Amino acid sequence: MESVRKWVQVVFGFLTNGYWAFPFTRNIYQGPLKVICAPGLNCYSCPAATTYCLIGSLQQLLANMRLALEGGQYYFGLYVVGSAGILGGLFGRMICGWVCPFGFIQELLNKIPSPKFGVPRPLRYGKFIILLVFVIILPAFAMDEFGAGSTWFCKYICPAGTLEAGLPMIFLQPGLRANLGYLFINKIVILVLFLGWSVVASRPFCRTACPLGAFYALFSRHKLVKLRLNRDNCTSCGACHPVCPMGVKFDESPEDQDCISCMKCMTKACRFEAIYLEIGGMPVATGSSLVRPVSVEE
Amino acid sequence: MMASAKKRKKWHKVKKGPFIVISSFLVIWFIGIASGEPVRVLEQAVRVCLSCIGIG
Repeated sequence: MESVRKWVQVVFGFLTNGYWAFPFTRNIYQGPLKVICAPGLNCYSCPAATTYCLIGSLQQLLANMRLALEGGQYYFGLYVVGSAGILGGLFGRMICGWVCPFGFIQELLNKIPSPKFGVPRPLRYGKFIILLVFVIILPAFAMDEFGAGSTWFCKYICPAGTLEAGLPMIFLQPGLRANLGYLFINKIVILVLFLGWSVVASRPFCRTACPLGAFYALFSRHKLVKLRLNRDNCTSCGACHPVCPMGVKFDESPEDQDCISCMKCMTKACRFEAIYLEIGGMPVATGSSLVRPVSVEE
Repeated sequence: MMASAKKRKKWHKVKKGPFIVISSFLVIWFIGIASGEPVRVLEQAVRVCLSCIGIG
């Protein structure tokens, strides 16, 4: 299952970054596919990006909401929130585990041999604060003298944007280097911190700062595809604890907001078939069998 | 007898929660389309926002 997940991550990485003419055009993809959202965190100013970023677009729409309203255009970000909500209702944070390119990069960095550390549990609430403050409140309400807001998360925090868009663009368009200043240094420092942290801890950005992960986490109870715990089979042996890349103790909190449904606990750890995959309430797979009977003893 | 009667098989219930959530966001998504947001999203996505990526 783990190799299947790796392949899905690679394929989606290429699908959402499939514009390979950028070394010749020296610009980003500008075709119609960009009306479709990338399910994971993938900057749409990345030269290879073929889709739009949910977090970036939402901020842009909120930042320009007042100007749009004055022009008679009712843009509140409903198309973007609707897209994210449909994906969240279907898969929740499974998207983080299976298709997000920045999550995949963090996983690869964590394979570098080094001492490994956990991420303090209270830090996981940071991503909700970032979603609320930097993605919604500040872009919507902090206006300049012309009534325009700013994309606060992209501008001051997003390490994915720095890695996938900022750095490639200054190589593709050398003229941009004259504009580099403290803003760019700030973003490089944040990028280096998270990449370095990813070497010694598993998925630190996903766990502490990703606003898209925070949004998908809101669907942990009511998503269509999810991992479930069969308490009758669970022996509370704790084997599912060390394999989880998000630090979830699945036997203690099976609906944890941080579960990315990578299925390592189901396929690599649990020997008692206590963890299974369900779709809409119907069990479809356990660790040892792909398809589980859809009936149970009463 | 009672115990064996209780052992009859029952079907898993399909959960309504996810379908309600997905349907609600589908409605929101359609309202967004009806108000012309995809065009605006596309306009934004095909331009490089330099300040958004830390340049300028």
